[in-house]
Amino acid sequence: MTPSPDLTRLFAREMAAGLYAGEFTSVELLEVHLSRARAQDRALHAWVSFDEEGARSAARAADARLTEARRRGPEAVVELPRLLGIPVALKDLVVTRGQPSTAGSRILSGYRGAYDAHIAERIFAAGGVVPGKTNMDEFAMGSSTEHSAWGPTANPWDLDRVPGGSSGGSAAAVAAFHVPVSIGTDTGGSVRQPAGLTGVVGIKPTYGRVSRYGIVAFASSLDQVGAFGRDVRDAAALLQAISGRDERDSTSSPLPVPDYVGSLPDDDDLAAAALKGARLGVPREYFVPGMEPGVEARVRDAVAALAAAGAEIVDVSLPHTDYGLATYYIIAPAEASANLARYDGIRYGRSVRGGDVLADYLATRGEGFGAEVKRRIMLGTYALSAGYYDAYYVKAQKVRTLIAGDFAAAWAAGVDAIVAPTSPTVAFRLGARLDDPVAMYLADTCTLPVNVAGLPGMSIPCGLSEGLPVGLQLIGRPWDEERLFRIGRAYEAVTAGAEWRRLEPSNLAALDDPGSPTPAQRLAKARAA
Amino acid sequence: MLSRSDVEHVALLARLGLTEAELMLMEGQLNHTLEQFRVLAELDTEAIPPTAQVIELENILRADVPGPSLSAEEALAGAPERMGDAFVVPLVVDAGEG
Repeated sequence: MTPSPDLTRLFAREMAAGLYAGEFTSVELLEVHLSRARAQDRALHAWVSFDEEGARSAARAADARLTEARRRGPEAVVELPRLLGIPVALKDLVVTRGQPSTAGSRILSGYRGAYDAHIAERIFAAGGVVPGKTNMDEFAMGSSTEHSAWGPTANPWDLDRVPGGSSGGSAAAVAAFHVPVSIGTDTGGSVRQPAGLTGVVGIKPTYGRVSRYGIVAFASSLDQVGAFGRDVRDAAALLQAISGRDERDSTSSPLPVPDYVGSLPDDDDLAAAALKGARLGVPREYFVPGMEPGVEARVRDAVAALAAAGAEIVDVSLPHTDYGLATYYIIAPAEASANLARYDGIRYGRSVRGGDVLADYLATRGEGFGAEVKRRIMLGTYALSAGYYDAYYVKAQKVRTLIAGDFAAAWAAGVDAIVAPTSPTVAFRLGARLDDPVAMYLADTCTLPVNVAGLPGMSIPCGLSEGLPVGLQLIGRPWDEERLFRIGRAYEAVTAGAEWRRLEPSNLAALDDPGSPTPAQRLAKARAA
Repeated sequence: MLSRSDVEHVALLARLGLTEAELMLMEGQLNHTLEQFRVLAELDTEAIPPTAQVIELENILRADVPGPSLSAEEALAGAPERMGDAFVVPLVVDAGEG
């Protein structure tokens, strides 16, 4: 008897094909992923909560739909949703009915959703199976997942390093084969940066492409939902399933959603043809001082590979890039300070009584929020306060106009997409930036201008530096996710033979060691050293 | 530069109860972060309009028809303290007894 292949190593579309053909069931697919996720959660800590009962019931329902479709014939099977029976992880800020959603915060411990987020409704309707929710920086404020109230997540490539953030749990869960695809959110890089640091694909679509109804809010003019997968086609399929108009989010766009997956050939030669004549801009300002030479080398190699396959590479300037960090760290905290005013200890969430109404607020919020969230609320409150509003908030909104204008000028010059690093460094060590907020903020320097301008951006793996993944960032015109997917898929095709593509995260075996330290223990040890 | 009393004032505006140690740490960290923001002063933005949001959508309104919403029971399910169909809030107006 031959040993059964490890189903967790399949791409989501391969899992779907196996389900359609009846080679295995959704329940079997769920169990193999759940047992892996459970067994490795001590060492990786990618998950905040599991919903085994809900997931099993969804998997049984998916199997029933599959059986029924097979009985009706091949046409019925072809019409099944791509996500049917596929495990999908949700970031811990996606509200689902009856289940916990803490957004990584103590102030939401014990909170259970009263309704399903729009994207959860869409995933459930498509037959997706949600095993649980993944770890994140508290309220998505952070770039390392170390700011979770529930302790940090490790990077499957090196358990002493961060997976990036804020969607670090969702990225690590995909990289470690706990799920084939997952949901994240990206306000300043929180999908792309962890995708880059863990060696997976992460897409943040155009602001307005996906409804945020039922997503715990951070900075409402910047927040967007995104998707992780182990390749471009899988990430595209998940984005496809959640995109489109929802009247419960007034920023959600009525524009039609193209058939992303249908435009991505399985054949490598056909896929690579997308690069013929594509004009790709390389912004000189993104190769910043302080960028690691190994990261720059991998990104330059990727640009050369795109050129060799027929893309026209043009040098572009985005002159206000250096102002992105300050602009973002005024606008995002200002919006956060207003959004987080809702945590008052009265309607839901943690409540600490202090004696009178003011003391109740001070105690509830003082005990409920962690250090980074308090810093951002303070920064935002200050930037919005009387006497400082014009100097900080209005000024930042004006510079926002200039940053968006830089990208608009590149599009006007005929550039189809911009190619840049996702992050200036590979994954950093646990604890390395925890005591220096500004150093932590610099981790997003290449991603946050994209949110400031509301554009789609995607990180795809482009090799390793010092044994750790490097992300290549593709930035597109508004609503042009489709082109990013085609270019990303083409890059995968032209590098299909590269040795680094066959490597799995180097610390996967250590995740199975029951004596392995937890990420929190690793962080404590790093801080003591 | 934010002084210690500025930090305390902002914390009160934000309704954040901070410990002595947090206030000390916050003063240094906020000032360090605000220093990074000074770079924006280099730019002449006199004639530049501010951008509040980046996509061209205006006045998106739903149809003005009643639809299902959460029941009182569902809306109150997460309340730390409730009384019947109401949230219990701290006393904010003195009832003026006597």
